[in-house]
Amino acid sequence: MGFLDINNATKAYGAVKVLHETNISVEEGEFLVLVGPSGCGKSTLLNMIAGLEEITSGDIAIKGRSMNGVRPADRNIAMVFQSYALYPNMNVEQNMAFGLEMHGVPKAERDKAVARVADLLQIVPLLKRKPGQLSGGQRQRVAMGRALVRNPDVFLFDEPLSNLDAKLRVDMRTEIKKLHQKLGTTIVYVTHDQIEALTLSTRIAVMFGGHVQQLGTPKEIYDNPANIFVAGFMGSPSMNLFPARVAVENGAAVARVGLADHSTVSLPFAPGNAMAAHDGQEIILGIRPEAITDEDGADRKSQAIHRIEAMVDVTEPAGSDTFVVSHLGGTEVTGRFRADVDVRAGQTFPFAINMEKAVAFDPKTELRIG
Amino acid sequence: MATNATATVVRTGAGARFVIYTLLGLFCIYYLLPLYVMVVNSLKPLSEIQSGGMMALPKEWTVAPWASAWSTAQIGVAATGLKPYFLNSILMVVPAVAISTVLGALNGYVLTKWRFRGDTIVFGLLLFGCFIPFQMVLIPMARMLGLMGLAGTVPGLVFVHLVYGIGFSTLYFRNYYQQFPTELVRAAQIDGAGFFTIFLRIMLPSSGPIAVVCIIWQFTNIWNDFLFGASFSDFDSQPMTVALNNLVQSSTGVKEYNVHFAGAIMAALPTLLVYIVAGRYFVRGLMAGSVKG
Repeated sequence: MGFLDINNATKAYGAVKVLHETNISVEEGEFLVLVGPSGCGKSTLLNMIAGLEEITSGDIAIKGRSMNGVRPADRNIAMVFQSYALYPNMNVEQNMAFGLEMHGVPKAERDKAVARVADLLQIVPLLKRKPGQLSGGQRQRVAMGRALVRNPDVFLFDEPLSNLDAKLRVDMRTEIKKLHQKLGTTIVYVTHDQIEALTLSTRIAVMFGGHVQQLGTPKEIYDNPANIFVAGFMGSPSMNLFPARVAVENGAAVARVGLADHSTVSLPFAPGNAMAAHDGQEIILGIRPEAITDEDGADRKSQAIHRIEAMVDVTEPAGSDTFVVSHLGGTEVTGRFRADVDVRAGQTFPFAINMEKAVAFDPKTELRIG
Repeated sequence: MATNATATVVRTGAGARFVIYTLLGLFCIYYLLPLYVMVVNSLKPLSEIQSGGMMALPKEWTVAPWASAWSTAQIGVAATGLKPYFLNSILMVVPAVAISTVLGALNGYVLTKWRFRGDTIVFGLLLFGCFIPFQMVLIPMARMLGLMGLAGTVPGLVFVHLVYGIGFSTLYFRNYYQQFPTELVRAAQIDGAGFFTIFLRIMLPSSGPIAVVCIIWQFTNIWNDFLFGASFSDFDSQPMTVALNNLVQSSTGVKEYNVHFAGAIMAALPTLLVYIVAGRYFVRGLMAGSVKG
């Protein structure tokens, strides 16, 4: 049993089920990120953990104690909201002390706790200010301070960075990660940003349509997506997905991709791959952009670099890399080239495909097959 | 033309400006004229008015009409002046405004932050209450006041105005709290604050502008009300408006116009005062939430 246990929890509004049976067990000190597009049920799940939304069936337990019917205040949790939700009529100090005051902590102890956290977050000079006089980043810090001061069992973050500008968001991301490493607290964090999910988490739950699509470490999620949704959602630019057919040529499995002129191109799977068992099957082949490179940029350790010539449609220089958009069959394909490779739109250019990193999905069930 | 960077949107010459200010000045005089007539005539002896000098300044200044209107003038059958009725009005307005504002705030809080099944219907009915013509409720209300033993008393009037006021105050506060982020309430819940703690510590302290709007609106309406005052009060519980009517309508002896003017100003003074003190918040409150920021 974990520190925070979600057992078959569901949520329905009338006949509409927004969260299907969900099982997640979070260990103490873990950083779990719930990630998914809008309306996937991630915020609902977070609010259910917080006790702000009632649970329709199932059970959520913190430290082995069932939280069904327990008020949010009595769950020993703290939450950071997207809008920060700082009380506009109180100054920073009062904001941070409010929760302690409500829990009957004496004034002297409150002051000590606020001072300790303010010091940790470097917001001591802001203590007497009202939220209206703070910048976005400062408000964000105060909101975290208000959560930290309570010393709760579980921290809940509801898209805490999405109101910040791009640069500040990256800074605060690092800061949250540092804070987690320093304090070792248990965190459940909701975001729709897959980069945040990958960088911050110890484990990710990718959600879509009220289901947890996949639960795993960032590396598992990225390298071994369980289905087409996870493959397409995680990673930027997203994974190239194109229809292909499995065939066996000279005893080795290949993926045959149809081209516009009705010819096919064969991409051999990596040696030792079990795809030969699916001979003749239609598949969706998934290859990440970083596995499609210029020849010199290809992974030297890979045993399965396959080279093809293709027409370059667009190049997108991004400073550190150049993204090269081409097409294979009817589908757009994005490759990630080193920045200094001289490649121009309209050229036919050799692409190196690392088939060790290729994954295959069943087009009907959308599940991973190899 | 494009190089002329200092061009203002509308260019007004000195001539145009003169016309604009002259017109505005004329309008000002036109609007202030009634007040002038009232003040000037309340400060002169009756003989000066009777000799036809309505617009003239007093030749002989006197505050006797004010003293008379306040404490000795004939109101209905008793020569008490307006003083007791002024007190009645205060005793009626203050609780009615205070209670209807607090209840309106509480209603608005529940209707936006603690929503329940059928809350829109409840709100709809409250709104409907705002638009029922006063005359329609006179007889049922008289019956209810009788049953409650409040007929002909100041608390009875407070009750009537309270019932009528809640619809409007709820409307104001509901619309204001609609803009108030629900996440604040949730944060407070997690912090351990209960229903009333959230209301008192978080919602009310942020409600200044709308509270001012609500208080001005209720104060003006309740103070100026004549119909309910005339219908539901006895001689000893009549509000200022009814007493003023009785003062002016007294048919014995000569019409003391100067006393009538003084009484009328007295009756208007409290609402004027409320507007002067809280007026700028009124505009600010009405505009609140209309611009995102």
